[in-house]
Amino acid sequence: MALLEVSQLCVEFPTRRGTLRALDNISFGIEPGEILGVVGESGAGKSLTGSAIIGLLEPPGRVASGQIIFDGKRIDNLDQEAMRAIRGRHIGAIFQDPLTTLDPLMSVGKQLIETMQTHLKLSDRDAKARAIQWLEEVGIPAASERVFAYPHQFSGGMRQRVVIALALCAEPRLVIADEPTTALDVSIQAQIITLMRRLAADHGTSIMLVTHDMGVIAETCDRVAVMYAGRIVEIGPVENVVRSPQHPYTEGLMGSIPSLEARVARLRQIDGAMPRLNAIPQGCAFNPRCTKVMDRCREERPDLLPAGTTEAACFLVQGGAR
Amino acid sequence: MSALSRFLDSDFVYSFRRSPVAVVSAVVVLIIVLCAVFAPLVSPHDPFDLASISLLDSLKPPVFLPDGDWSFPLGSDDQGRDVFSSILYGTRISMIVAALAIGFSLVVGITVGLVAGYAGGAVDAVLMRIVDVQLTFPAILIALLVDGVVRAVLPPAAQDALQLDVIVFAIGISRWPQFARTVRGSTMIERGRDYVMAARVIGISSPRIMVSHILPNVLGPVLVIATLNLGLAVLDEATLSFLGVGLPPTQPSLGTLIRFGNNFLFSGEWWITIFPGLTLAAIVLSINLLGDWLRDALNPRLR
Repeated sequence: MALLEVSQLCVEFPTRRGTLRALDNISFGIEPGEILGVVGESGAGKSLTGSAIIGLLEPPGRVASGQIIFDGKRIDNLDQEAMRAIRGRHIGAIFQDPLTTLDPLMSVGKQLIETMQTHLKLSDRDAKARAIQWLEEVGIPAASERVFAYPHQFSGGMRQRVVIALALCAEPRLVIADEPTTALDVSIQAQIITLMRRLAADHGTSIMLVTHDMGVIAETCDRVAVMYAGRIVEIGPVENVVRSPQHPYTEGLMGSIPSLEARVARLRQIDGAMPRLNAIPQGCAFNPRCTKVMDRCREERPDLLPAGTTEAACFLVQGGAR
Repeated sequence: MSALSRFLDSDFVYSFRRSPVAVVSAVVVLIIVLCAVFAPLVSPHDPFDLASISLLDSLKPPVFLPDGDWSFPLGSDDQGRDVFSSILYGTRISMIVAALAIGFSLVVGITVGLVAGYAGGAVDAVLMRIVDVQLTFPAILIALLVDGVVRAVLPPAAQDALQLDVIVFAIGISRWPQFARTVRGSTMIERGRDYVMAARVIGISSPRIMVSHILPNVLGPVLVIATLNLGLAVLDEATLSFLGVGLPPTQPSLGTLIRFGNNFLFSGEWWITIFPGLTLAAIVLSINLLGDWLRDALNPRLR
């Protein structure tokens, strides 16, 4: 059974000029121990999906329909207090910017201890020992001496390691990592990604990795979901999606990764921009930018259709058109 | 020990040492506080000990005037009490009242500010309107009003016993809105920060986030206002006592001393009122200058 099962999730923002549908019929699952990548342009709804799962949508955003089932239980309709017991304990989160996710006036050890004692029954001494253990595990040198150091005494990469320890210390079964490496430089990114993979494997934690970096996805994930304008346009095992993308949008994304081998005069890109939420075109949301657009795409909206091991929301995959 | 050496090495201490005004004010405040705390040891007489007071010593001038002598360094009042000793004891009472009043203000103001800033919405609107309404009246007026109402409500027996508590309450309740406003503003800023979001994601409860994460991060500006208000609270107490609604003559504060001395100002015995007045001015000025320095030191943009 899947650890997390999101089905037909819609998130809406009521505004003065009508209701905006920011997530439209999102369905996906995450298996225990699996790493699911979520990619897409800015504003595609990646982070919003994460917020919806942990029940921290910024008002006026709200779950309009659909279900989120975690470990066999529905969690999208829980009250704040019940949700609080799940957050951190069962579902952890890692944010983009490690420089700001730590409380500047509390030592890292104390933050770890506070988090563990919120969810686990631990004496002060055990909690301290485990805080040191966690800092060692995420690769902080001289952890026992630095356990009560303050965030400003750590570098950016070290701080992100602390943030990862913080997300994992209550041993959640699912971690939502929202662009965990965006604020770091490239060499540190690789370390952090390796670290997250190792920890996920060691502790059997599932990860939902939100990013717009296809390189990170290709290296880290088991499966990947590609989002566009609030919908999932393609989802499947990472090798298949990267090697033989089914949806023209995914193809465009892959095509726009700069390569060191081929020298081109101009970087390839997908022409146009993602539509705003109040101006999503009729039919397939991608049709104005699609190079393979057909008449049908301007009328009807394709659902996710199976294409081998992956699923893609495109009429091209149907009936062996490709 | 390392915490102490780290503190002595901090920018804060450095900026303190570099500011002559801050050092002088701090020394003045320190001397006055020490004298007030150790008043029984420092003062040559005990102004409360009726047995040691003699009417024969009344209205003696200070030591530097022709008739003065060292047994009454700053002269004596009409009852023969030593003005210097009265000032020490008076300062003690004034400081206690001011410190307790500001402490009370801080507790109320910080609580209201944190809750309003963190909860937002209707809670915030209601609490802040209360603050706004109170801020339309001068603080001293509120203190007078509260003092009057509390005294009218209390039975006469309780009045005598609770005189100090009443004035602390009156001054404290007149000064909390400033703290509430400041804390609320800073809280709203901190609430939007990632670390608060992260704490919520971790599943830490709202009261705990407010107390252990937001509060330490908003204390800086509060500290500055608290210091400045401490000076004002000393002044409030003096004003109330001067008007005769503060502390009774049996527990003379600086304000009470000034009020009694005032009667002798034009008959030539100016020292009875001038010296307590100067002490009051020195206290309020030093605390204010210290508060100004603290504001600059805690605000990196002003350096």
